[in-house]
Amino acid sequence: MTFPIPPAGRTVEHLGRGPLGRDELAAVVARDIPRDSFVNLGIGQPTTVADHLAADSGVILHTENGMLGMGPAASADEVDPDLTNAGKIPVTEPPGAAYFHHADSFAMMRGGHLDVCVLGAYQVSERGDLANWHTGAPDAIPAVGGAMDLAIGAKDVFVMMTLFARDGSPKLVRECTYPLTGLACVSRLYTDQALFQVGPGGVTAVETYGTTVDELAARLDVTVSRLDGR
Amino acid sequence: MTAITGDPDEAVAGIADGATVLVGGFGMAGMPVTLIEALIRQGATDLTVVSNNAGNGDTGLAALLAAGRVRKMICSFPRQSDSWVFDGLYREGRIELEVVPQGNLAERMRAAGAGIGAFFSPTGVGTLLAEGKERRTIDGREYVLEYPIKGDVALIGAYLGDRRGNLVYRKTARNFGPVMATAATLTIAEVRRVVELGELDPEAVVTPSIYVDRILDLSAAEASS
Repeated sequence: MTFPIPPAGRTVEHLGRGPLGRDELAAVVARDIPRDSFVNLGIGQPTTVADHLAADSGVILHTENGMLGMGPAASADEVDPDLTNAGKIPVTEPPGAAYFHHADSFAMMRGGHLDVCVLGAYQVSERGDLANWHTGAPDAIPAVGGAMDLAIGAKDVFVMMTLFARDGSPKLVRECTYPLTGLACVSRLYTDQALFQVGPGGVTAVETYGTTVDELAARLDVTVSRLDGR
Repeated sequence: MTAITGDPDEAVAGIADGATVLVGGFGMAGMPVTLIEALIRQGATDLTVVSNNAGNGDTGLAALLAAGRVRKMICSFPRQSDSWVFDGLYREGRIELEVVPQGNLAERMRAAGAGIGAFFSPTGVGTLLAEGKERRTIDGREYVLEYPIKGDVALIGAYLGDRRGNLVYRKTARNFGPVMATAATLTIAEVRRVVELGELDPEAVVTPSIYVDRILDLSAAEASS
């Protein structure tokens, strides 16, 4: 499944279809990862982006637990308990891989050496604030892992999530109500309904899927611009 | 001088009640399970444990927690699908928790081992985990002040050690081991096997022997048990 890169400077509304499925969303994120870049795919859903990277993309995957050049998930007979990804899933070691310890792994992030990281989220604000580590519920056990380091470390932070929560409330908001992971750190927001740029200039729709910018703007509490400024 | 033993109980002798213990591993990869089992037998209690996770399943760190020996857990990611031991203790109010972003956790131990008094980190700025911490703007960017985490003891898992105490690791089981080895007064490593001097390529040594006080040789431990 391939998605063409949209024309620069113009917002595209894809109307002859429904919202993106999970797999399609991963394919759109993969499309926008520059060739030969160093990329961290977090844990959970973002890791599926790897399945959509072209074999000749030249993308080198970083995992926070100390590896560059990480390979795909291990098959049953390849499982090695000493070789896992950040989600503790057994992975593989292709030629050209490199290992390093944790302080080095996070120096790579914090030092701005990673080109892109892809994270999930509970909420993203119009300025690009990210909330993805804690629901704030009183009985929840807080667990942050590497999320805060990744959020402020990678040159570009992509978030993939559904645009609306199960109760219908938007997850792209003016101000996050969940505890923050990082301030003004998200640059692109990939959702089932639309792809947005977020940041100091607010929210700009790049593409929509099965809906229009106007329809989405009516359901969101943020101002949504178009690339062509209309 | 690094002491080498095949006896797990000898390897953990002398760990005091109330000690801060750095425990290596990311999940189970690199976790020093044999040393932890020996620490449970040794009996030290009221411990503060610093580790990335708060135990997986029922073995290793999870078993130490289940034995009621840990007063406080400092970690980045306690909540996992298989962290039922910690989850239960936490919900019953029987264990203290300090959550630290993973990179700050690693860097705070690195600082302890490297003689750094404190450092400004951009991680966590504007979040709950930076509340009450000193903030500073440097070159237009916001940072929070983070202090070192020093261990009384580090328990780590490595792959091979040589007779002098140099260590190499295997794949992503390296994780926190090299950093923790530098950050504790007493560093104890369990290794699959101890090799003769010259068998480890000096260019490939990850943790030089200066950081390693005791080695538990698991191959010798298995041979004698």
